[in-house]
Amino acid sequence: MVAKKSQIEMPRQDPSSRIKNFDEVATGYSTEMALEEASRCLNCPKPQCVKGCPVEVPIPEFIKLVKEGNYLEAAKKIKEKNALPAICGRVCPQEDQCQKNCILGIRGDPIAIGRLERFASDYERKYSTIQNQEIPHTGGKAAVVGTGPAGLTVAADLAKLGHKVTIFESLHIAGGVLMYGIPEFRLPKAIVQNEVEYIKSLGVEIRLDSTVGMLATIQEIFNEGYDSIFIGSGAGLPNFLLIPGENLKGVYSANEFLIRTNLMKAYKFPEYDTPIRVGKKVGVIGAGNVAMDSARCALRLGAERSYIIYRRSRDEMPARIEEVENAEEEGIHFEFLTNPIRFIGNSRGYLEKVECIHMKLSEPDSSGRRHPEPISRSEFMIELDTAIIAIGQSPNPIIQQTTEGLEATRHGTIVVNENTMETKIPGVFAGGDVVSGAATVISAMGAGRIAAKSMHQYILSKIGSSQ
Amino acid sequence: MYEIVHKETLSHNVKLIEVSAPAVVKKTKPGQFVIIRIHEKGERFPITIADSNPVKGTLTLIYAEVGKSSSLLGKMKVGESILNLAGPLGNPTKIKNYGKILCVGGGVMVGALLLQLRALKNAGNEIITIVGARNKDHLILVDEIKKVSNKTYLATDDGSEGYLGIDFLSDILKENKFDHVFTIGPTSMQKIVSEMTNNYHIPTTVNLFPIMVDGTGMCGACRVTIGNTTRFACVHGPDFDGHQVDFDELISRMRFYNPNEKIAMVLYDGR
Ligand SMILES: Cc1cc2nc3c(=O)[nH]c(=O)nc-3n(C[C@H](O)[C@H](O)[C@H](O)COP(=O)(O)OP(=O)(O)OC[C@H]3O[C@@H](n4cnc5c(N)ncnc54)[C@H](O)[C@@H]3O)c2cc1C
Ligand code: FES
Repeated sequence: MVAKKSQIEMPRQDPSSRIKNFDEVATGYSTEMALEEASRCLNCPKPQCVKGCPVEVPIPEFIKLVKEGNYLEAAKKIKEKNALPAICGRVCPQEDQCQKNCILGIRGDPIAIGRLERFASDYERKYSTIQNQEIPHTGGKAAVVGTGPAGLTVAADLAKLGHKVTIFESLHIAGGVLMYGIPEFRLPKAIVQNEVEYIKSLGVEIRLDSTVGMLATIQEIFNEGYDSIFIGSGAGLPNFLLIPGENLKGVYSANEFLIRTNLMKAYKFPEYDTPIRVGKKVGVIGAGNVAMDSARCALRLGAERSYIIYRRSRDEMPARIEEVENAEEEGIHFEFLTNPIRFIGNSRGYLEKVECIHMKLSEPDSSGRRHPEPISRSEFMIELDTAIIAIGQSPNPIIQQTTEGLEATRHGTIVVNENTMETKIPGVFAGGDVVSGAATVISAMGAGRIAAKSMHQYILSKIGSSQ
Repeated sequence: MYEIVHKETLSHNVKLIEVSAPAVVKKTKPGQFVIIRIHEKGERFPITIADSNPVKGTLTLIYAEVGKSSSLLGKMKVGESILNLAGPLGNPTKIKNYGKILCVGGGVMVGALLLQLRALKNAGNEIITIVGARNKDHLILVDEIKKVSNKTYLATDDGSEGYLGIDFLSDILKENKFDHVFTIGPTSMQKIVSEMTNNYHIPTTVNLFPIMVDGTGMCGACRVTIGNTTRFACVHGPDFDGHQVDFDELISRMRFYNPNEKIAMVLYDGR
């Protein structure tokens, strides 16, 4: 049989209706669609796809199970290597990872691995219930800081190996960026909580409202009897432009805008108590996933015009292509090669407009990068009621500042041995955005995987030598 | 869950609660705050810690019922529990022997002031305190404050008790030689105190409470201009050098959600 050249399309809500709700945009494959897409897989003898996956999901095996109609088995197969498949199936940049290596991609579309991963795990969530698992205990105790993808992966891996794991989370709910950053219409929060429940079913304890560094320091956690600690505190500190007018009313960091909207559900105000104010004209500064999410949330919160303002050109946008396409379909305006230089407010301190300058890209430098440079006397105004700064996040410094001996770079990221993810303090490991700087869900999980392996060895040798 | 183990009414809309939070109590120092969330659909909001009891494992919180969330908190009874309470957050007030100090506290923050005063007293300071409120009925904890101060002045906005307004502060600043001033309370009061002490070049510590969401440096809602730089009150403060604060910006930013709060309040109790 000759495989079809193109992927089965993902069914999606129509743009004109979806910009009025926070429901998921992509609605997922039906069983028929999944079967047809899975049947395109050639089951290569030397599969290349797995090499592109940071957590080594057994891709050909799970796709084969889907092909055979064994959807629950397929989901289980994925979970051997990936504790958060319903999430990864939705937000991973598969086009740059597993799917990039797919042989079918040479002559047509690669297999839609992410969509099949999502299908299998959604099927499992619908048709089976989570059961608490009994795992023989090693006697080891590990603490994890942060419930983002890095922390959850470490917790799941160590729990499966029989260690007692406690996660300390600063916020009132587990999930990290998956809960507070990525919007409901891309990643429904009930799905994140379902994955968290799965992690708990492995025996992991989650302590919320627990800001490490404030409530207890790393040293104090050791004093409580933990053998090893993982720091997965992410990159939650919003960067600002540091231009005049940034503290006007109506200027938000993307983090505040998204935390209010997603974590606190301000889009349901006043049913939910947290308010948000969005004007008619909204400008988002930046062009990564965070910027796309902010611009698309703004539309759904009632903005009439929502801009992406970016100092480089279309080709340099760091957001996933799929999300840029979704944003364009929804009518987001793009102002490329445009850099804000100051925000201007009215006499009552409300934002009214932003002054920008046009940019051009320089000739490539020695590393091949083209830098944006202002074009002199090209200043112009954009009228805005709301501005959202989405130019990146840095690691939150609380732990670095309260932990003696922990080495951090000048960007605030924690220094680790990349082979083991161990920090300068023996027994303390770190990974995810707090080490790499803001990156991806799957890279955080990959780092967690490595850290968990090293922590397992560390804990075994520690409890072995004390017996 | 954090159980309310004691509750009293200090003045007509000002309540004091003691909440069981032993782990938080262990680390609490004067000047710090907690972020609480009362129910599943509730907002996160900060309250400055007014006291902590290591024996009972309780935190004392004093608040005025002004918006929907604080009104909901006001309705909660002893035995009921607050859903989320994160803390202690923010940097503690720098406690040391400054010498002779003036402490100016107002409104519900007089509770937090008392916690600072006790620590400052233990550090050996000579303390003159001014306690302010809207009127006589709103003055709280006066006896407790008197106990830890060498001298205490009372002031009200309407003159119903003690001095009328805060203008007499300039006489006190003229008559004494203070090494340091602390002020905590309504932002407009902290602003005036800072302006007056600036005339006398007395180092002044303020305790700011802008709008906050997470309280851990994640959102930047709490940003304030200090000198020429933007700082996050939750992680860089809440104590700052009062002479460097852009109070007008802060006061303006604190009003941003007033229209929304009004809507919430009308729907909540028709006010
Ligand atoms: C809006 C947005 C959209 C994104 N879209 C995508 C996407 O489509 N695809 C993709 O792959 N990636 C995306 N990312 C990036 C991805 O979400 C992150 O790279 C990933 O979540 C990092 O995981 P982490 O576990 O390192 O940290 P986080 O997810 O940031 O989790 C860290 C956790 O630690 C907690 N914490 C912090 N400090 C402390 C402390 N002192 N004590 C206790 N707990 C603490 C935090 O509250 C948080 O829960 C997006 C990010 C954002 C913000
Ligand atoms: S409250 Fe969010 S950064 Fe201070």
